[in-house]
Amino acid sequence: MPDSATLPTVEEALALGLTREEYELVCEKQGRAPNQVELAMYSLLWSEHCAYKHSRKLLRTLPTEGQYVLMGPGENAGAVDVGGGLACAFKVESHNHPSAVEPFQGAATGVGGILRDIFAIGARPIAVLDSLRFGEPSGPAGARTRYLLDGAVSGISHYGNSIGVPTVGGEVYFEDPYEQNCLVNAMALGLARSDQLVSSAAAGPGNVIVLFGASTGRDGIGGASVLASAELGAGDSDRESADMRPTVQVGDPFEEKKLLECSLELLEQGLLVSLQDLGAAGLTSSAAEMASKGEVGVDIDVTKVPLREAGMEPFEVMVSESQERMLCVVEPHNVDAVMGLCEKWEVNGAAIGKVTDSQRMRVLDGSELVGDMAVRALVDDCPLYDLHPVKPSEPIYQPPAPRLASDATPTETLLALLASPNIVSRRPLFEQYDAVVQSRTVRRPEQADAAVLALPAAEGGPVPALAVSIDGNGRRVAADPYRGTIAAVLECASNLACVGAEPLGTTNNLNFGNPEKGHIAWQLTEAVRGLGEACRVLQAPIVGGNVSLYNEGSTGPIYPTPVIGMVGRLPDAHRAGRLGFQRAGEAIALVGPFDPSLAAGELEKLHGLPLPDELEQFDLDAVRDAQLAIRDAVRAGALSSAHDIAEGGLAIALAECCLAGGLGAEVGLGEVFREHIPPPAVLFGEGPGGFLVSGQDDALLELSERVPLWVIGSVGGEALKVADPAITITLAELADAHGGLGALFS
Amino acid sequence: MKFGVLQFPGSCDEVDALGAARRVGDAELIWHGERDLRGADAIVVPGGFSYGDYLRAGAIARFSPAMESVIAFAADGGLVLGICNGFQVLCEARLLPGALLGNANLRFTSRQVDLEVVEPETPFTSACAPGELLSIPAKHSSGRYYADAPTLVAMAERGQVVLRYAAGENFNGSVEDIAGVRNEAGNVFGLMPHPEHAVDELIGGSADGLGIFQSMRLALEGARA
Repeated sequence: MPDSATLPTVEEALALGLTREEYELVCEKQGRAPNQVELAMYSLLWSEHCAYKHSRKLLRTLPTEGQYVLMGPGENAGAVDVGGGLACAFKVESHNHPSAVEPFQGAATGVGGILRDIFAIGARPIAVLDSLRFGEPSGPAGARTRYLLDGAVSGISHYGNSIGVPTVGGEVYFEDPYEQNCLVNAMALGLARSDQLVSSAAAGPGNVIVLFGASTGRDGIGGASVLASAELGAGDSDRESADMRPTVQVGDPFEEKKLLECSLELLEQGLLVSLQDLGAAGLTSSAAEMASKGEVGVDIDVTKVPLREAGMEPFEVMVSESQERMLCVVEPHNVDAVMGLCEKWEVNGAAIGKVTDSQRMRVLDGSELVGDMAVRALVDDCPLYDLHPVKPSEPIYQPPAPRLASDATPTETLLALLASPNIVSRRPLFEQYDAVVQSRTVRRPEQADAAVLALPAAEGGPVPALAVSIDGNGRRVAADPYRGTIAAVLECASNLACVGAEPLGTTNNLNFGNPEKGHIAWQLTEAVRGLGEACRVLQAPIVGGNVSLYNEGSTGPIYPTPVIGMVGRLPDAHRAGRLGFQRAGEAIALVGPFDPSLAAGELEKLHGLPLPDELEQFDLDAVRDAQLAIRDAVRAGALSSAHDIAEGGLAIALAECCLAGGLGAEVGLGEVFREHIPPPAVLFGEGPGGFLVSGQDDALLELSERVPLWVIGSVGGEALKVADPAITITLAELADAHGGLGALFS
Repeated sequence: MKFGVLQFPGSCDEVDALGAARRVGDAELIWHGERDLRGADAIVVPGGFSYGDYLRAGAIARFSPAMESVIAFAADGGLVLGICNGFQVLCEARLLPGALLGNANLRFTSRQVDLEVVEPETPFTSACAPGELLSIPAKHSSGRYYADAPTLVAMAERGQVVLRYAAGENFNGSVEDIAGVRNEAGNVFGLMPHPEHAVDELIGGSADGLGIFQSMRLALEGARA
């Protein structure tokens, strides 16, 4: 051990992100001051990013068990039973701060990281979805927003396309509070035989630890602590971005493609005891977590790690976040076979250590011991903090700039909404993604509310399918963290219902500001309360997820943004629902316990109104019952189209159904006003529980026996026509307004 | 009959091509490091990013041991289909004229496109009608077909342009809307769009791509008869 004269000081510990009290606790756990290697490792594993120290207590309140759950939180990804002996692994993860600093690589490596989580449990990645948040694309910060959007989308496209995993869905919102702190969340799904899922727990003292994949360099040092677990400064400062850029990793999808195939072949041949990816905090967190889960110790010799550059210090090797690396535990007699497969796939493979029964994590530099820590102290003994929620007495967020006159006509309003950044067609973005590789994609973007992926069919039987959706309207959560989060979960489940799918499980990424502040703690606490309640009612347990805190810039926190990803199953892919109108002459109906309000909606945003203090109350059970009715009708093949009413309300949903189907519609809403809701909320109001469907009269009549339903018109013609208030807009005009996002890329 | 589908490190659509080929015959994967084409009657060079598209799309793959065998196989008159990255590889290997440049919009673009069958009398399109429109997905960042003017004149005279993008569908900026070409002998064919992703209405939105694989089977059976 180095003598005490060279030990790092408490100031260095603070610079690495530890608090003074945490540093003292480290000293107590070590029985002495930590050396440089140990301090670097503690600072990462005790960071918010790795230790969830402000969120872990809350996360324990979430429902994590259910009839379909095969693997819950704690592993690299969760997994649910999808029938036929198959498991679907899935998880969403954030790469927010790296993307704010360097959007292309930040987003690309975000995709790379989530894909590794999926194949680390033995599943072949079959789909990627993304959830993005930026500032407004026009106005003072518009140029930077467009740079970030373009970079992030290009990065996702580059990585996902090159590795041969389809990007099948996603969402993007543009709001001022994300201007300095954009959000880039990526979700991935994988498929495995249920009996082939692997754990990351290291086992068997004497077994060999093999690192394989890319070589290790100095990239991404401190990513988990300094970058991911602290507020960004004035994020629009180019100088600061430049300073932080070396903490962002650089991705290579070709390397990952080889790593993926190599990993799956190693597992297929039964050569591995356990497998773990290297993500945030690199070798440090992977090795420590493997040891912790297996209740064993590990010895790692840094001189055995293949390096990209000479002269790296032991602590740099241990904390490097170089991408495209995996760690596995191998029985000694299988090491040669493992190396042989690494050679076949042209990836580095190196035995860098062994499993011990010491329950200590020991770092060796050749024969010299340079770090020695109890695994338990590193992984489990990080202090967990209580939140101190305080409901804010004053608004946290400034109202947006008004962009539509308050006396605009219904026609002007509809066109303005259709062209607004949060509603305009995402085609220029998703056209950059390969959505069809792997020959599974039954519904692509803009064909249905959820992506649909075919599963293997039993001999002679129907083709079952997975459905997946990702959602999280932060604006509504900002208005009311509890109800807004329930609404986000309901939105996901409604999207699944529209294709005929039953929810199997949920993943979530909690993107929030600094939890040490009372109002952020309140947002987080209320959001998690809503998340748990909604997932319980929908029987869609949380099987994994991620927390991203400290998303703040100098102008304040982001909107609280729980991003919800939900996976469901439908028995017959041939009956997967579509969102567009299909046949002229069919009836159009508004379905569900829809009680829309303009509060916190897109129209109020266009009018520049501040957020309300809360969202309207809604009946969670009634919304779930409507989802069940819609799902059953879609599964029975009774409906030609089904679309969930979301941002911009009924009027926008009508326009979207017309555009997706290339058919007009004639609609009268008088009856709905009289019975139910006042205008203009009926046209542009938002809230959970509303669906827009089309089909034959008898099918709609049957549906009306289960759920509130108003027949409001019929499909046909070359225009969307609404009587009272009078709106007539041709399909060409609708398409023109809806197609405006491409201009950002010109 | 049997298709051999090449597999390079970085191939992405090889399993899709394998599945499409198996709808009309037998098929198996051939690892890039092997020279043995395993008795395949026709070869598919699939889409993806062989060798990470490093240097230039297809530039490294053309030197692989499997491609050496494919070049000899083509010289003997064997049927070779190159899809997307496979088309790029065949151009790099000089089995097909011209080159694929970066898309005019400078972006990876994925879009369902309509293709016009210009030459229905080929081993790759005989199951299609003249002028028939095929709806097939295209997805690439370097798909802008280019050949110089004398080459284009010669290709036109020999009927080497097999498929063109229909009006308004040429998003990548290909010269003369060319989407797919064959060699002078007519046994090697490359196209940027992905017929293997249009073999099942359920997942492709169309099954128009199947005709290309069926045509290859018909050609081989005709040759044997």
